[in-house]
Amino acid sequence: MSTRLPDHGRLIDRSRQVKFTFNGKWMRGHPGDTLASALLANGQMLVGRSFKYHRPRGIVASGGEEPNALVNLGRGARHEPNQRATTTELFDRLEARSQNHWPTLEFDVGAVNAMVARFLPAGFYYKTFIHPRAFWKHVFEPIIRKSAGLGAAPDPETMDADRYEHFYAHVDLVVAGGGVAGLLAALEAGRAGKRVLLVEQNAHWGGRAPVDGDLIDGAPAEIWVKNTVEELEKMENVTLRTRTMLAGVYDHGYVTAYERVADHTPGEDAPRHRLWRIRTAQVISATGAIERPLSFPGNDKPGVMLASAVRDYIVNYGVAPGDTLVVVTNNDDGYRTALAAHRAGLKVACVVDPRAEADGDLPHEVRSLGIRVMAGSAISKVKGLKKVVSVRVQAHRGYDGGHDEIPCDAVAMSGGWSPVVHLWSHCGGKLTWDEDQACFRPDHDRPPTDQNGAGFVTCVGAADGALHGDVTMAATATAMADMLGNDVSAPRVDLAREAPLAPIWIMPEAAGAKKRAKMWLDFQNDVKVSDVMLAAQEGYESVEHTKRYTTLGMATDQGKLSNINGLAVLAEALDKGIPQVGTTTFRPPYTPISMGAIAGEARGEVFQPLRRTPIHDWHEAQGAYMEPVGGWRRPYCFPRDGESHEDAVNREIDATRRSLGLLDASTLGKILVKGPDAGRFMDMLYTNMMSNLKPGKCRYGLMCSENGFLMDDGVVVRLDEDTFLAHTTSGGADHVHAHMEDWLQCEWWDWKVHTVNVTEQWAQIAVVGPNTRKVLEKLGADFDLSAEALPFMAMAEGKIGGFDTRVFRISFSGELSYEIAVPASQGRAFWAALHEAGAEWNATAYGTEALHVMRAEKGFIMIGDETDGTIIPQDLGLTWAISKKKEDFLGKRGQERVHMTDPDRWKLVGLETLDGSVLPDGCYCIASGKNANGQANVQGRITSTYYSPTLSRGIAMGLVQNGPDRMGEVVAFNKVDGSTVNARIVSPVFYDPDGEKQNV
Amino acid sequence: MLTLTCPVCGVDACETELAAGGEAHLKRYGPGSTDDQFEEYLFLRPNAKGVHFERWRHAMGCGKWFLAARDTATLEVFGTYSAQTTAPPADIVKAIRAKRPDWSPET
Amino acid sequence: MSELASALPGAKYEGVVRVVETGLRGMITLKADLPQSAKAVKAVTGQVVPKARRIDAGDMSVAWMAPDELLILCDHGRADHVVRDLAEQLGTTHHLAVNVSDARAMFTLTGAGVKDVLGKLTPADLAALPPGEMRRTRLAQVAAAIWFSDAQTAHVICFRSVAQYVFDLLALAARPGGDVGYH
Repeated sequence: MSTRLPDHGRLIDRSRQVKFTFNGKWMRGHPGDTLASALLANGQMLVGRSFKYHRPRGIVASGGEEPNALVNLGRGARHEPNQRATTTELFDRLEARSQNHWPTLEFDVGAVNAMVARFLPAGFYYKTFIHPRAFWKHVFEPIIRKSAGLGAAPDPETMDADRYEHFYAHVDLVVAGGGVAGLLAALEAGRAGKRVLLVEQNAHWGGRAPVDGDLIDGAPAEIWVKNTVEELEKMENVTLRTRTMLAGVYDHGYVTAYERVADHTPGEDAPRHRLWRIRTAQVISATGAIERPLSFPGNDKPGVMLASAVRDYIVNYGVAPGDTLVVVTNNDDGYRTALAAHRAGLKVACVVDPRAEADGDLPHEVRSLGIRVMAGSAISKVKGLKKVVSVRVQAHRGYDGGHDEIPCDAVAMSGGWSPVVHLWSHCGGKLTWDEDQACFRPDHDRPPTDQNGAGFVTCVGAADGALHGDVTMAATATAMADMLGNDVSAPRVDLAREAPLAPIWIMPEAAGAKKRAKMWLDFQNDVKVSDVMLAAQEGYESVEHTKRYTTLGMATDQGKLSNINGLAVLAEALDKGIPQVGTTTFRPPYTPISMGAIAGEARGEVFQPLRRTPIHDWHEAQGAYMEPVGGWRRPYCFPRDGESHEDAVNREIDATRRSLGLLDASTLGKILVKGPDAGRFMDMLYTNMMSNLKPGKCRYGLMCSENGFLMDDGVVVRLDEDTFLAHTTSGGADHVHAHMEDWLQCEWWDWKVHTVNVTEQWAQIAVVGPNTRKVLEKLGADFDLSAEALPFMAMAEGKIGGFDTRVFRISFSGELSYEIAVPASQGRAFWAALHEAGAEWNATAYGTEALHVMRAEKGFIMIGDETDGTIIPQDLGLTWAISKKKEDFLGKRGQERVHMTDPDRWKLVGLETLDGSVLPDGCYCIASGKNANGQANVQGRITSTYYSPTLSRGIAMGLVQNGPDRMGEVVAFNKVDGSTVNARIVSPVFYDPDGEKQNV
Repeated sequence: MLTLTCPVCGVDACETELAAGGEAHLKRYGPGSTDDQFEEYLFLRPNAKGVHFERWRHAMGCGKWFLAARDTATLEVFGTYSAQTTAPPADIVKAIRAKRPDWSPET
Repeated sequence: MSELASALPGAKYEGVVRVVETGLRGMITLKADLPQSAKAVKAVTGQVVPKARRIDAGDMSVAWMAPDELLILCDHGRADHVVRDLAEQLGTTHHLAVNVSDARAMFTLTGAGVKDVLGKLTPADLAALPPGEMRRTRLAQVAAAIWFSDAQTAHVICFRSVAQYVFDLLALAARPGGDVGYH
């Protein structure tokens, strides 16, 4: 059984205790423990179940590569699934629950999957669930959904209680990894005066060197680490961050790092995670290497761990994974685990080594301690169900029937080391196969390149394939000297001489099908050697296809343990070399990062910017029902107590048409266009003629894109000979302004025109209805507001009620209307003054829905309703607004294309249902016959549809084939329930067709 | 994520401060042009793998348009320059040729 | 005439730094050929045309926004006069001068952590932004102009409609417990 040792544990504070729960059971650990080390210290080897077969799973690793020990952490607003116990720092009252089992961890019904494993081979999803089709929805999917999936999804009603943030940093050098190589690199760069950011994913500096007992400059590595960190901390140009994982390397030196600021201190006022968004000239990847498992039958059982992890638990946390250990290794480094275990007082039953000879310094030392070294042998079976009881050892090659049964409760395995080349690869760095060490390492001739075409990632130390401590330091020093142009001397590292490893991917060598079906490659996704071999047999040659077919490396650990072994097995099955098979793609992030960190501050109130008019507070105070309009929030209607939205809209329209309505139209875009060439420019922008507009007059204009489609519309005002004010739609101001600047800067740069977007300088209020003039006269104007002095489509400037106003006689409702702009700082007060003065005429604020209904009653189009990016003005009966005199305007040539001049285009008409009902929005006008798919042919569609309180019936606008030539014809529209409704084609102008009301 | 230097205001801008505007140096065809000319102007883009001239607007900055010469495969930037040109200027052509000897402005 | 309202009158937050809405400020956008307009700018503002990206503080501050654009900052009540004076001085020279005071909101941040707070929101390199240089960039999702008048004082200008968003962002970034300790 795993247990806490009486000594060792360089990272824990034995003087204090921390209480936590696992599956509701209280346990104890020490500050400095990870959840994994604390679980082991409490004898909890079984921590979860695998994805497919629900096999019992124990802790395998000691870092971010852990595939098994995933837990649900926390509860309620702080619950998070799939957290790795190996990288979770223990804190007081931590709550963890194991995953992927039902009903309990110890007894799991899903484990029957393992008994039918031969029916669930690679690709079983594709093979099994094709037929019969109907079974998928009703049988297979519900079962799979229940049995698959790892942690529990957080409750959708619960908001994450924590906050998250981004932070932008600009540096010369980011060093990823705070092991000895990373520290040396940062130290040299720091001394050279570079702006350096050094990040380490764990809470501690130094990496593996202190665990493995390396001597640096004759002293324990820990001393060199401490001194180096102290020197770095003194440097102003160096920033050090622990608990920060370099997540991804992207184009042009863009790098993200994931800082777990408060995971270990939940509930404090700090942001939980911080995503660093870094621009750097150089990335130093000192990310080390990850040990590979060995593939032997039963290698997935709880108690079988990576040899380096066993060492970590003993040395760092004073935790033993068992009382009696068997080490199985194809390299000398694995012997360090035997030595560490022996030193900690554990029994090491034997070291199983498939190499014919084990003659390095380390095997010699192990033998000298009386530990049995079984060279040329392999593990052929692991006995025990939820924990290891014994292993069977036999000859690796040439099995003669003889074997040993060796009792043990833990197995430490080492298949050699794979450099962590992720950061090299994220942005396109290529790899080369290192035959001697049997690993992929960076190909220095093919680095990822930056904006200057130069390599910008440098791997140092083990990440570069310098797997032995002495080489690590020397190679790092050389790399830094090359980069900085300095002399860099490497500290001396004293190490045992290591013999070469043997690239052994499965053991025993001649294992048959039955044994191969028990050799796990991917522990989390339950991918075995037999699955990869089956994929190869079935014709999957590409490693990327095999990955997806077998799900090898697709688990949350992204193949950190399984990939190389899987590739090797595939290569062997295909009878190819490993470099020929290649690797799958390394994609960021290196280990999973929280969604909260990705979102950063963008949640709650600041999820997205909401644009507010100067009158916004009033709307909110009135309880307006708001709707989004192009980034703005606008009142849809102002419901009074007990009033439905529909009733509110009808009341607002009625009040406006009968007496006086007020609309906050501040969101309308307003762009100034000024210069000697302004008229010429406006003529190009709009379909109609603008250069002949008289100062002080307004004209409705259409703006098209170069392909002829209607893009925006609005009233253009000529303020003076040189200056136009272009009104745009509410959502269109920024886009239209950008469009103007595009043509001015990139096509007609010699034209003398300046533009400024003044949308937000003005609050604009539409004062609408028959009593409009009365209320303005009551407020008192210092200029003539009469119909004679200020007729329809004219503008004037002056004071009204003491406010600085600009008045436009324009109407989007068909009523007498003055649109009045005042500086935004006066907007709120002017709005109040209008309400106060208008009270005797029942001044009524109306919202966007009343605006929409009133404009539809008048047959006015709305950009985004009648247009959708495929509509030209000619479709909408707006030919009157297209100049025939102008030689050119944006969109003119586009509108001459064959399809645009097709007489059969759908065109705008009004529609009245025969029964007075309101047509459904977006419904289609049915034509005779069916199309190739057996659907009814169509001849038009609805673009706007409303109930008109003015006419007491449903009215609609729509596009119908040859519509304007078919007045009076009755056509059918479909409804969602399959029925149809008949409507008569009429003029789109339902109300006051002669414009008598707006012109008074 | 790219960084481009705005040649107008001199700021090294992050891609999130910029708005992309498609291929540069298009010749506008208006009324009177043939269908083929208009099609080419409006729709036909070579979508080159390699050297590419493109339009960018420093939207979250000085608001000005500028042009960039860039390799679409490696994302190497050869230079940025004024939008008020109808063809890549000589220094940009030279910078590209220095890195891509096989490239010529005609291709 | 009633009271004038800035975007968020009196808005204030005390955290890692102090965030204050600056209140109404006169602002004039001048678009013109700047060398040609230098004399007029000097006559009206007392300032020479600033170098690229600079904001020169004074009785009136003048900021370089683009090669053909300046932003003049003055008392709110003076803005219309400045526009008129510019028009007079520039005469027939092609230009566009317009009062944009009410189209904007302005915030002042004070405290040792100003760069760390703004560094959570803008991709601009703040370490490379000396006092008196204006950086037009984005704060999270909206455009803004920022500059430092000294190491502990930052100024932010944004559009008026997003003033609440920008204030909320700045307050969130300045919340206690969120010290970064980078700059």
